[in-house]
Amino acid sequence: MAVDSYAFLPRAFRPMYEAVERHDHDPVWADFDRPLNGARIGLLSSAGIYLADRQEPFDVERERREPTWGDPTLRIIPNDVTQSQIDATHLHINTTDMLADMNVAMPIARLNELAADGTIGSVSPEHYSVMGYQENGAEVWRITTGPEIAARCHASDIDALILAPA
Amino acid sequence: MPVLARVIEASGIPTVTVTMMPVMAEKYRASRVLGVQFPFGHAFGEVGNVDMQTHTLRAALGLLASATGPETRVDLDTAWPGDPKQAYKDWQPSEPSPIVAHSLEQIRQARRERR
Repeated sequence: MAVDSYAFLPRAFRPMYEAVERHDHDPVWADFDRPLNGARIGLLSSAGIYLADRQEPFDVERERREPTWGDPTLRIIPNDVTQSQIDATHLHINTTDMLADMNVAMPIARLNELAADGTIGSVSPEHYSVMGYQENGAEVWRITTGPEIAARCHASDIDALILAPA
Repeated sequence: MPVLARVIEASGIPTVTVTMMPVMAEKYRASRVLGVQFPFGHAFGEVGNVDMQTHTLRAALGLLASATGPETRVDLDTAWPGDPKQAYKDWQPSEPSPIVAHSLEQIRQARRERR
């Protein structure tokens, strides 16, 4: 089945996405050079998930005042997080389902099950959460948030990261 | 998200992007792309549907292990189990996002000025 990228997108938004030209930068590539059952895997979601009792929500109040701006900061989600510990702020999607089951956007429980059955070697001690609406160019993500995530992945000995835009 | 994927991959960490809009990930030349035809906010599947979430995650891991070079795209052969029209309504926020509200106001303003 070929996925229709526009199947769930409001029709009015489609021309904006279609107008984006294919980038002329070279693709980047890091080899995945070990067996899955020996690899440590982490997750990155842009669904706006954060820890309700100890982290600041993503700043949607500023986004309301400045509609072209989106909070570019990072939240660290520990691997032992429970559903009741999380909340989410995201003005571009309905967060009801992920507040009922975060695995729809950040499948920490599923990843741990795959470690338990030996499909993967282990799960990262931490996962990464951002809020997906960003200003044009996403400069803070490129210069600050991305390198911060990369450094933390290396510090946690992560062998690969699975990213899920919301 | 493609910006983050590039930075992280460039640091030596392989990435897989699981996305409802694989065409956009391709435009940004992401390394490994798993396309899913699911409503936004649900990259791995339905609430409480463990089998569906696991199937999607296994497909992402399979792509990680099998891709041999950049710009590899695989589409997940799984249809959304529920009513797509209802899912289309359900994923959207209860009120337009600030940028959408802002854009609509600009359109209305331009119309007023033309009159």
